[in-house]
Amino acid sequence: MKMKKVIATALVGFMAMGMLAGCGGGNDTQKDNQQGGDAVAAIKVGGTGPLTGGASIYGLAVQRGAEIAIEEVNAKGGIQFEFKMEDDAHDTEKAVNAYNALKDWGMQLSLNSVTTAPGTATSDLNFEDRIFGLTPSASGTGVTEGKDNVFQMCFADPNQGSASAQYIADQKLGTKIGIIYKNDDAYSSGIYQTFQAKAADLGLNIVSTTTFTTDSQNDFTVQLQDAKNAGADLLFLPMYYDAASLILGQAATMDYAPKFFGVDGMDGILTLEGFDTALAEGVMLLTPFSADAEDDRTKAFVAKYQDLYGEIPNQFAADAYDCIYALHQACEAAGATADMTAAELNDLMIEQFTSMSFDGLTGAGATWSENGQVNKDPKGMVIQGGVYVGM
Amino acid sequence: MNLKTMNKTTRSNMITYLMVIVAFVIVQVMMAGGNISSSLKGQLVPICAYIVMAISLNLTVGVLGELSLGHAGFMSAGAFSGVVAAQCFSQNINNPVLVLILAMIVGGIVAAIVGVLVGVPVLRLSGDYLAIVTLAFGEIIKGIVNNLFVGLDSNGLHFCMIKNTLEMDTDGKLLINGPMGLLGIPRIATFTMGFVLIMVCLIVIFNLVNSKSGRAIMALRDNKIAAQSVGINVTNYKLMAFVISAAMAGMAGVLFATNFSTVVASKFDINTSILVLVFVVLGGLGNMRGSIIAATVLTVLPEMLREFSEYRMLVYAIVLIVMMLATNNPTLKNALGSFGAKVTGIFKKKPAKGDNANG
Repeated sequence: MKMKKVIATALVGFMAMGMLAGCGGGNDTQKDNQQGGDAVAAIKVGGTGPLTGGASIYGLAVQRGAEIAIEEVNAKGGIQFEFKMEDDAHDTEKAVNAYNALKDWGMQLSLNSVTTAPGTATSDLNFEDRIFGLTPSASGTGVTEGKDNVFQMCFADPNQGSASAQYIADQKLGTKIGIIYKNDDAYSSGIYQTFQAKAADLGLNIVSTTTFTTDSQNDFTVQLQDAKNAGADLLFLPMYYDAASLILGQAATMDYAPKFFGVDGMDGILTLEGFDTALAEGVMLLTPFSADAEDDRTKAFVAKYQDLYGEIPNQFAADAYDCIYALHQACEAAGATADMTAAELNDLMIEQFTSMSFDGLTGAGATWSENGQVNKDPKGMVIQGGVYVGM
Repeated sequence: MNLKTMNKTTRSNMITYLMVIVAFVIVQVMMAGGNISSSLKGQLVPICAYIVMAISLNLTVGVLGELSLGHAGFMSAGAFSGVVAAQCFSQNINNPVLVLILAMIVGGIVAAIVGVLVGVPVLRLSGDYLAIVTLAFGEIIKGIVNNLFVGLDSNGLHFCMIKNTLEMDTDGKLLINGPMGLLGIPRIATFTMGFVLIMVCLIVIFNLVNSKSGRAIMALRDNKIAAQSVGINVTNYKLMAFVISAAMAGMAGVLFATNFSTVVASKFDINTSILVLVFVVLGGLGNMRGSIIAATVLTVLPEMLREFSEYRMLVYAIVLIVMMLATNNPTLKNALGSFGAKVTGIFKKKPAKGDNANG
């Protein structure tokens, strides 16, 4: 009985020690932060993203794109950045943990999160803690809505959906439209909802709407058969390229050849391993970035990325690259220094981002509105002979 | 309340209560002193939610002796209904604590109703069959919530499935947006509320286990035929434990969801169910105190391992395997010496049927 008391005390002591150890770590970080501020004088930029798990290609692309940009801006002299990316495994809870870990590290500027659902949760913390956030690719509206200090580098989902509908209507690309979308994915269904609303406004004739989920994205014969039977001559595919590549392949085996129209998630389909690019011939997509663009900056970025990681960068990498440059430009213009607190930087950044214009890989003359969404022109691209060609 | 005059069970329960209270007080003192890392601070509420999940699942797995692989489904049902309720209540009630309590009650009731619906047909099965059906149940809940749209405007709540066809007034706001999950959740969960929930659940479980019903439930676990022969109603008692467990999971879901501004249905998938089961197994079947410690350690651990960056989950898995082996290895425990062996003695209770179910 006495032993039990001893045991209980020991356990409590153990738990308390564990917690104190955790808090000790926090104090160290703060000290490091203060000392680091004097010695290195680098602004700490943090971001969360899926570096492991099913969505890791996006997180890794962002991490790599951002690291290339960090190296470049630091080489210029002037304002220095220090970058750290924490894994959130595309999960809200882990993203919040990752964000808090970055806060302990002393994050002054934030790249928010890579994907939408975690981004919505972390942007809330950005807002509360007054740490400025610029997300490379979390495209949902929930990320920026009601938060004055969170901005997006990518198009917001509704903009993509309505821009696609507008583009199809303007260019008279199809008379009967079929849609296949992924209904357990925020990105895909977000675009679908706004596309459908805009299409209804514009009087586009949608003849077939079918869905799939993560668990069923191996077979699309039912969805394609439905579109084929309905006589759809244009198929809108608001999804990422992994699923889209299967749809293209299966449509070809069914002798069904409508026009295909994708959004920015389609980017990357040409570099997919084992994918016959001939299948993507004639596929149209709206994307802000193309790795085949002829301008010097894109070429240099693509060459460097390929050199380091052995693959062609996708739009996520380019968005992250632009984020760092945009933050750098804003910091230079505002005269920000590394010893400023996150809250001070936050106010400067909001002022800059709502007034400045930014030229990046993903579009020239980008501006931001007060609600945090970016204004830049989507480029209509069509795949011809295995490369993107502007439409 | 003399420790010496209490019976063994009561004393063991008191130690568990005391442990939770002391841990709570220590964290509160640290928070007041401001020397707590944001990382740990951000995890306090999820830890509380996982603890409640673990002890409630322990009621099904440890006390009732039925393997459930769909516990996250109840968490999901509770989370989604509770948050919708919280949004409705917060229009009229300004006190966030009251809103959270009401939301937890609603979440708990909804999860309990779901528990009855699932439990009545399912609890006629046992063993592997029950595990498979509960696994399917978790997936069904995920599928339903993924296709559910709920909006709130001045006329009240609007529901629809599959496609968003809600017709709301201009002041309407979408609460559950299909695959995008819960949006704009009021973040009203606090560590104190989490602590209170843990205490309430512990009191309910300990009192249930030590009651006539609890003994009937454990008798069913130990020998169903013998229990039936003395007139114990199998379905009723099984259902009782299962539904109480479901209701607690629902309340944990509300606590969990209201800590984040957005939650998606796919969060509550089989992985979460298994994670909670790991807490229970590591802590010891039927051992509530063990579940609490296991849930806390295993929630904090991945964050502590962040410095290993991409190898973190690998290290986590290794640590998990080592812990499982260490806590179940008699040789290792004997080697720890007399005091050490007595400390680990708490964990020593074999995770086998027939074990004393008092934690």
